[in-house]
Amino acid sequence: MTMTRRAALLSGAGLMLAGTAPVSSALAQAAAAPRRGGVLTVHLGSEQRILNPALRASTGVYIITSKIIEPLVDLGTSGRPEGVLATSWDASEDGKTITFKLREGVKWHDGKPFTSADVAYSAMEQWKKHLNYGTTLQLYLDAVETPDAHTAVFRYSRPMPLNLLLRALCDLGYIVPKHVFETGNVLENPANTAPIGTGPFKFVEYQRGQYIIAERNPDYWREGFPYLDRIVWRIITDRSAATAAMETGAIQLSAYNGLPLADLDRLKTDNRFEVSSRGVEANVFNNTLEFNTRRKELADVRVRRALVHAIDVPFFLENFLYGLGKPATGPIPSSSTDFFPNNPVPYPYDKAKAEALLDEAGYKRGAGGIRFSLRIVPIMNGEDVPLLATYIQQSLQQIGVRVEIVQLDIAGALTAVYRDWNFDIATGWHQYRGDPAVSTTVWYRSGSPKGAPWTNQYGWQSDAVDKLIDDAASEIDPVKRKALYADWVKAVNEEIPVAMLTERPFYAVTSKKVQNHHSSPRWDSGDFHDTWLLPS
Amino acid sequence: MRILLLALRRLAASLPTLLLILVGLFLLLQLAPGDTVDALMAQMGGGDPAMMEQLRSFYGLDAPVLVQLTRYLWRLVQLDLGFSAIYGKPVSSVILERLPVTLLLMGTSLSFAFAAGMALGVLAARRVNKWPDALISTLGLIFYATPSFWFGMMGVVVFAIKLSWLPAGGFEDIGAGHTGLARLADIAWHLVLPVTTLALIFLATYLRIMRASMLEVLTLDFVRTARAKGLSQTGVLLRHVLRNALLPGLTLIGLQAGTMLGGAVVVESVFNLPGLGRLAYESVVQRDLNTLLGIVFVSALLVILVNFIVDLLYAKLDPRIAAER
Repeated sequence: MTMTRRAALLSGAGLMLAGTAPVSSALAQAAAAPRRGGVLTVHLGSEQRILNPALRASTGVYIITSKIIEPLVDLGTSGRPEGVLATSWDASEDGKTITFKLREGVKWHDGKPFTSADVAYSAMEQWKKHLNYGTTLQLYLDAVETPDAHTAVFRYSRPMPLNLLLRALCDLGYIVPKHVFETGNVLENPANTAPIGTGPFKFVEYQRGQYIIAERNPDYWREGFPYLDRIVWRIITDRSAATAAMETGAIQLSAYNGLPLADLDRLKTDNRFEVSSRGVEANVFNNTLEFNTRRKELADVRVRRALVHAIDVPFFLENFLYGLGKPATGPIPSSSTDFFPNNPVPYPYDKAKAEALLDEAGYKRGAGGIRFSLRIVPIMNGEDVPLLATYIQQSLQQIGVRVEIVQLDIAGALTAVYRDWNFDIATGWHQYRGDPAVSTTVWYRSGSPKGAPWTNQYGWQSDAVDKLIDDAASEIDPVKRKALYADWVKAVNEEIPVAMLTERPFYAVTSKKVQNHHSSPRWDSGDFHDTWLLPS
Repeated sequence: MRILLLALRRLAASLPTLLLILVGLFLLLQLAPGDTVDALMAQMGGGDPAMMEQLRSFYGLDAPVLVQLTRYLWRLVQLDLGFSAIYGKPVSSVILERLPVTLLLMGTSLSFAFAAGMALGVLAARRVNKWPDALISTLGLIFYATPSFWFGMMGVVVFAIKLSWLPAGGFEDIGAGHTGLARLADIAWHLVLPVTTLALIFLATYLRIMRASMLEVLTLDFVRTARAKGLSQTGVLLRHVLRNALLPGLTLIGLQAGTMLGGAVVVESVFNLPGLGRLAYESVVQRDLNTLLGIVFVSALLVILVNFIVDLLYAKLDPRIAAER
């Protein structure tokens, strides 16, 4: 207790002196020379069932395991995929063969050498068979050949765009040790909760419901790294409790909107923390409005357009989300420089137009000014979803559409919308993962089996859109690919089976004690090898 | 020997109830939309059909409900609570990890609430309708009416964030490597705020029950007799009135044992304690049937146990009850 008070006094003194020369030069020096040692404590918002990123693609898993297990490539400070366990790569003329050269002299945490056999195993047995989005990405992967211990040749039966593969492998390309996994049921392997990797930190302990600890790997292949002695992930499921932990210094980092929006807004002006979407750019999400086109009214595209026109998205962003986002222009966000077609917001707020469209479609205001009624299912991805559901309810009331909100928890909502089709409209999140082919086009492609969440379960189908999606996924010329996606955005905006309302970055809160942070687009899911802490 | 027989009889009598609760809960949870694979997808924020199908068969969810239920009951007969979907290990070990935290939290706050509630209740009864009574009763009512999460959060804001006197949450300092007494002190330090929060909520109930039953017992004939014998006021209160007035409070403990395991969800969440309440909440959200049924099973056993002890205590406090058996 005295320590804390003294520390508070000292930091107060530091602040008062911050303007004077000696202190600021000392700070500059500190910034230049990384300090070794220290324990970084990171917020973990939900318990993860398994800690194996080759089986589960999810930011919750990456926050922990990316420090322990490494991918072939990762987004570097340049914002582009850079080699981690792969050193170089090359695609054949026809786009069906992609060859990776692997890093030599890398050892697993149990001392065995890392080889191409591990890559072949991870790709064929885990990514292709189990990993979410990996199964789709690697659908046409026939084999991974290993001509020598440090070369892996991926053979596809359909052309695989190199840029798509590299970008996707940053999330879906983690390598796990073959010798640990090859016997027994993959899903029951103990290494799924006690991970063994090649990364800068070695797994130490996982106390369910409390914390996970990893410590410095002394044999890490990047010599002299990492700087930190340990990383501790504290499991704090209550968001307000996480803010309290942040403010008392019990945690130093909370990523991916781990704290309540109100606290993000408040901590922005607190000079102990940096609240920013810097270094989280790789993940962007939209608030959606999803239509069940099996409903007679919603089968009419004029009605769908009218409902989107009726929602004042800028007002919602400003007054409910503290201005943390902007109106979306479609399923490809403006931050995706490789694919963004630079199109305008398709259906901006226009109440008069909305009413006119509904009249035109034949749904005139009846008794009590009501045209028809709808049920909305909010899919509770975040605290903003129920707010938006209420906002939609009130907005549509204005144009004579009555909306009833169906309250379900998230598992229930996913079932109602995507398996039972028991909804009229739904609202949740769409996450964009760097390339439309990873997890975005499935929202529009027909043919997803009933029950698959976040896919086209809207009773809507367009052969033209399906063809654009398939062509773009195997187009190996990046310029043509971008053009195909521009056509695709235009087509789905026209038909609007799902409206993307907002475009929002994730925010991370970082203590100013943490140095060299958020320096790459998916930093929180990166390896932290060059991160260090100022002395407390 | 008689106690053992009594215990066995009690247990046998509660077995059908236990079975009904478990089967009922199992079927009830089938009505909840979505299963544990949906919940997992929700947590991951993305998934694909191939993976979901594999996981359903991995968790045994592809079998008909009746088969699942039979499998569950068959395992239960062998005292196997099954495998937890969230934690990937046996339910029994998941519960055993959490049980000490919850027992410590609830045990401490119940004892504190019981002791303080009794003392204050006696005080209020002695000064009935005077200012100490009014003050105590009003405070009790305020504590009772305040939601525990608000209390907890205010405690965190004031004592952890503003004053830095107490930790904001958690069960102990992670990675500090305390052992022995130092660790004990560290845990106690972390439990000050949550125990106080919970105890203040319970306090009011005990206080009011104690006050009412003291007032009632004070009017009985034997109290007048005791006074007539010339016993001091304190002697009468402690040896005659208090002992009789304790019985309703004791009954309440027996009743509250039921809420003991699950009732602290809010406090456990606010203070980030790894207890059973949070586990139960998590199991519902994640549709982890085995864990939830396991918690219900363990809670039910605990309730039976506590009520048994309460019964024994009754007999100790009031010999008439023992005589009737």
